[in-house]
Amino acid sequence: MYSFELKKADSVANAAALLSQTKGKPLAGGQSLVAAMKLRLAQPGTLVDLSGIAELKGIRKEGEHLVIGAMTRHAEVAASKEVQSIIPALAALAEGIGDRQVRNMGTIGGALANNDPAACYPAAVLGLNATVNTNKRKIAADDFFKGMYATALADDEIITSVSFPVPKKAAYVKFVQPASRFALVGVFVAQTGSGVRVAVTGAGASVFRAKPLEDALGKSFTADAAKAVKIGASGLNNDIHGSAEYRGHLISVLAARAVAAAG
Amino acid sequence: MGANDMGPVGQSIRRKEDSRFLQGSGQYTDDVVMPRQSYGFFLRSPHAHAKIRKIDTAAAKAAPGVVAVYTGDDLTGVNGLPCGWLITGTDSKPMNEPPHPVLAQGKVRHVGDPVALVVAESAHEAKDAAEAISVDYDVLPSVVNCVDALKAGAPQIHDGAPGNKCYTWALGDKAAVDAAFAKAAHVAKVDIVNNRLIPNAIEPRAVNASYNRAEQAYTLYVSNQNPHVERLLMTAFVLGLPETKVRVIAPDVGGGFGSKIYLYAEDVALVWASKQANRSIKWTCERGEAFVSDAHGRDHVTHAELACDKDGKFLAMRVITTANMGAYLSTFASCIPTILYATLLAGQYTTPVIYCEVTASFTNTVPVDAYRGAGRPEATYVVERLVHQAAVDMNIPQDEIRRRNFIRKFPYATPVALTYDTGNYDATLDEAMKMADVAGFAARKAESAKRGKLRGLGYSSYIEACGLAPSNVAGALGARAGLFEAGQVRVNPTGGVTIFTGSHSHGQGHETTFAQIVAGRLGIDMANIEVVHGDTGRIPFGMGTYGSRSLSVGGTAIVKALDKVIAKGRKVAAHVLEAAEADIEFKDGKFTVAGTDRSKAFAEIALAAYVPHNYPLDTLEPGLDETAFYDPTNFTYPAGTHICEVEIDPDTGLTQVLAFTACDDFGNIINPMIVEGQVHGGVAQGLGQALLESCVYDPDSGQLLSGSYMDYAMPRADDIPSIKVGTKVTPCTHNPLGAKGCGEAGAIGAPAAMMNAVHDALLGVGVKDIQMPASPHRVWRAIQSAKA
Amino acid sequence: MSVQLSLTVNGKAVKADVDERTLLVEYLRNQLALTGTHVGCDTGQCGACTVLVDGRAVKSCNMLAAQVNGGKVQTIEGLAAADGTLHPMQAAFKECHGLQCGFCTPGMVMSALDLVARHPNADEKKIREELEGNLCRCTGYQNIVRAVKTGAAAMAK
Repeated sequence: MYSFELKKADSVANAAALLSQTKGKPLAGGQSLVAAMKLRLAQPGTLVDLSGIAELKGIRKEGEHLVIGAMTRHAEVAASKEVQSIIPALAALAEGIGDRQVRNMGTIGGALANNDPAACYPAAVLGLNATVNTNKRKIAADDFFKGMYATALADDEIITSVSFPVPKKAAYVKFVQPASRFALVGVFVAQTGSGVRVAVTGAGASVFRAKPLEDALGKSFTADAAKAVKIGASGLNNDIHGSAEYRGHLISVLAARAVAAAG
Repeated sequence: MGANDMGPVGQSIRRKEDSRFLQGSGQYTDDVVMPRQSYGFFLRSPHAHAKIRKIDTAAAKAAPGVVAVYTGDDLTGVNGLPCGWLITGTDSKPMNEPPHPVLAQGKVRHVGDPVALVVAESAHEAKDAAEAISVDYDVLPSVVNCVDALKAGAPQIHDGAPGNKCYTWALGDKAAVDAAFAKAAHVAKVDIVNNRLIPNAIEPRAVNASYNRAEQAYTLYVSNQNPHVERLLMTAFVLGLPETKVRVIAPDVGGGFGSKIYLYAEDVALVWASKQANRSIKWTCERGEAFVSDAHGRDHVTHAELACDKDGKFLAMRVITTANMGAYLSTFASCIPTILYATLLAGQYTTPVIYCEVTASFTNTVPVDAYRGAGRPEATYVVERLVHQAAVDMNIPQDEIRRRNFIRKFPYATPVALTYDTGNYDATLDEAMKMADVAGFAARKAESAKRGKLRGLGYSSYIEACGLAPSNVAGALGARAGLFEAGQVRVNPTGGVTIFTGSHSHGQGHETTFAQIVAGRLGIDMANIEVVHGDTGRIPFGMGTYGSRSLSVGGTAIVKALDKVIAKGRKVAAHVLEAAEADIEFKDGKFTVAGTDRSKAFAEIALAAYVPHNYPLDTLEPGLDETAFYDPTNFTYPAGTHICEVEIDPDTGLTQVLAFTACDDFGNIINPMIVEGQVHGGVAQGLGQALLESCVYDPDSGQLLSGSYMDYAMPRADDIPSIKVGTKVTPCTHNPLGAKGCGEAGAIGAPAAMMNAVHDALLGVGVKDIQMPASPHRVWRAIQSAKA
Repeated sequence: MSVQLSLTVNGKAVKADVDERTLLVEYLRNQLALTGTHVGCDTGQCGACTVLVDGRAVKSCNMLAAQVNGGKVQTIEGLAAADGTLHPMQAAFKECHGLQCGFCTPGMVMSALDLVARHPNADEKKIREELEGNLCRCTGYQNIVRAVKTGAAAMAK
């Protein structure tokens, strides 16, 4: 990788100031960023290490929300008794990210800020209508994901935590791309306070809500209702692992399985 | 020499080499650091096909930490890389052998073709400096598909290979085959793509090359399967050096599977440069780099037909194959789709006449060469898919059609050059069927159907030829080298033994199995036996490890050296025991005068040979150190039946392998635990080919789309079930161990068993034909097409 | 540009000044000559570089040495007892023939330790899932799975 300067932040304010001064990038678990830097695909001049910031850690219930600190590792979310009992779909999703070694380092804040088109957490955040809390504001899920590897975050903006409203029912089903084990297609289905939400990752440039499925499931929250929805190929990814048509087909199939799993 | 009367032979002795591997004290090539170490980095072509107008290395040479920068023009006096097997075409002319330069000269012919070597004080600096090299390319159209490359109008890759053809070669009696087809009651047909694979040993290739000015000699540490072959090819054919001036050391090697057999451009460039720069140079291939520089495997396109009589008896087979050589001929590339392929098309069957024609073409892809199985997986796939198809077409049960055609009389001379020594194909089929509970399959299939899933069962009754090879036969077929093996048994004065073998161990456990053979024969403790391999400075000239040859050829060389040691020991013992040599027996580690209780232990006789105070010095030299070179009289023929059971989810196309059974005949087995491990690993690679692995090139740009583990699906622990392994034994008739070899069988038999199971599962939904890998996407598409 | 590191490796306190770019695996292999941890790929997938940091399995090729500052690292070299007695997991791998070429083995063993710590009673299915981050090209995984189960049982004693 190319040379860079490493700064360790001791607070959110300190981190934001450093990012602003240096025009650098925040370093969370590094599972995506270090990998990209090794391949010389990313060349930040400065990295601001967030791992020492206490206020970014922790999982807690706040009223009807589950709040997860941005530096919480996937393995911690997966193993948390709180998450398992309050939003089990979220714990199960975290357990399926990457592999065990990746889960011990990767963080929810890092995953969301990176917004890989096939990552799992974006589907949970969009599917559950979560709020992304930053050092500057609160960003609704529908406003957060902007495109491939692109989010609403400003360059000196740091995710501090994510607030998940507790759903009535929810489940996530992922069909893996066999090489990367990222989602070839992943579907998060939730019955939330504001209706049924269906978030799809892996199939498009970024996570998106599948309105036809939301409409059908809003009328009848059953696996058959989901399976009957035909998702066309338009706008979907096409690569050596699957055509757009195949991905469209999988969206309905996985949505149906998620509905069945949601109970 | 039976397996039962030889002490540790036949037992699952735990491995000696494990101690260092488990504690992290193995020494792999990247672990080696030399004094004043410098680091190499190769700049590679980003284009599939281009002329090089100009290379400007000035900025790179001036970059921080740079010791030197070399391009193809600098390598004066360095020849191109040789191909070790001459194939003569159907036109009686030798194959087209265009030059294979070490660093590109004038042209690049595949993405990854090495263009320049940067040597610097650190790996980072070498890589940074390479980015400062400016290459002016004239990009040319490219072609990646082996059939397309032969068509009129395809981009011409080499001046010396018009139409991109390397050769057209044939084996068998075409007229007799045509006549038999004319009389056939039924002809089964298959069109097959044997998918290109990338071997991907987990240890990347690595080199550490240095030059010693005092000795005027080089030392090459390299992750390689055959140090003497590497040395001979490099010194005699490429660098023009005396062999004795290059020492090649292959220390611990982290897997090879064929990919580390070859003399690679990097090896040569680094050795040459180590003298030029007067520095040791270390290079370790990055994984993405390995994808575009390690030899790839397979890549055949085949149309095959099997003529049957009304009872499903095979009358004739014809096979027409196009094989991809890649951009240049790799060391053994030419013999893989010919000698190691066509000669296996009889399979386990009595098909009386066979004709095979192979055209090998050049394309703008990485060179293709042997990869676990090397030609035999391709042959088995053709044969077993044809047999499966014939059975389906003619409504004959899969096991029954095989039984109607099994060879039962040995030795059996096939119509494709090889004579099988011995085998019992009924035994392995019967046992495999029992182990796989074939009888219960129908009920399991119905249960899957209730859950909306498609269940299938597939067979593969494979044979292979290994234990490479009788040199005279190989030579007659075009080999430019001999294929004997060397073994030296050095008895040390205090009775311990050091074995020097030309075989190489990169996972196969030879340090243990060879010690078992020696311990069994000499009656000494395995702890007192050391096996040395991988260093041309210490071992006699051997041909290395590939083609499942180590036990049958390397092991036999050791047995023959042991014979010499024991023969000499008997002479010494006769003198020491004051008896006639004819009365001396050697058994259970002791030399005994027959019919008496007078004996001497092996260690005592060894000491006597090295301290010859009471010794027949007028007729016998002191010392006890014998070498044998063994050239096999035939190939060996392991064979067996694999049975695979799959379940397919038609909604996603996902195929799960629910069960895999392998019943193999490897002849006598030295260490059952190690043999099972070889089968597990081979089957896993077979599963990789059948269901997961696909090397994909973009047909327009020639770019490698599957360029990392993010896109090339390596089998993981949850992709594979636990495999049931059984063995039947018909000892090889022509080596003293009775061993046939086992290293490649899994990779040879498994793909056909798996794909026959997939075909069986999908037949019910109208899918007649599907290629490897049967990825979820491909399976789903096939099901949709069948519905339409 | 350099970073000052202070950490514990295999129970020993170490201090170093390293280039910021230094990956943990590079630090271990090149500075500390602990060459048992291996590099097998460049996309953080093969797991041959797996070590334990503060008791958790991580890929040392996909993190900066600086990210471990102040932490405790355990590599394959730190497992066996001082007198050479193998750790039960190492012994299990030998007993079950859970290795062939040995290159993936250190990462596999370290990964297994983390697996067993989280799931002491993991069955075959669970073990296979939990080994997703460790590639082996030689063994077909079957004997590795047996080794992990055997090692887990031995460690439970």
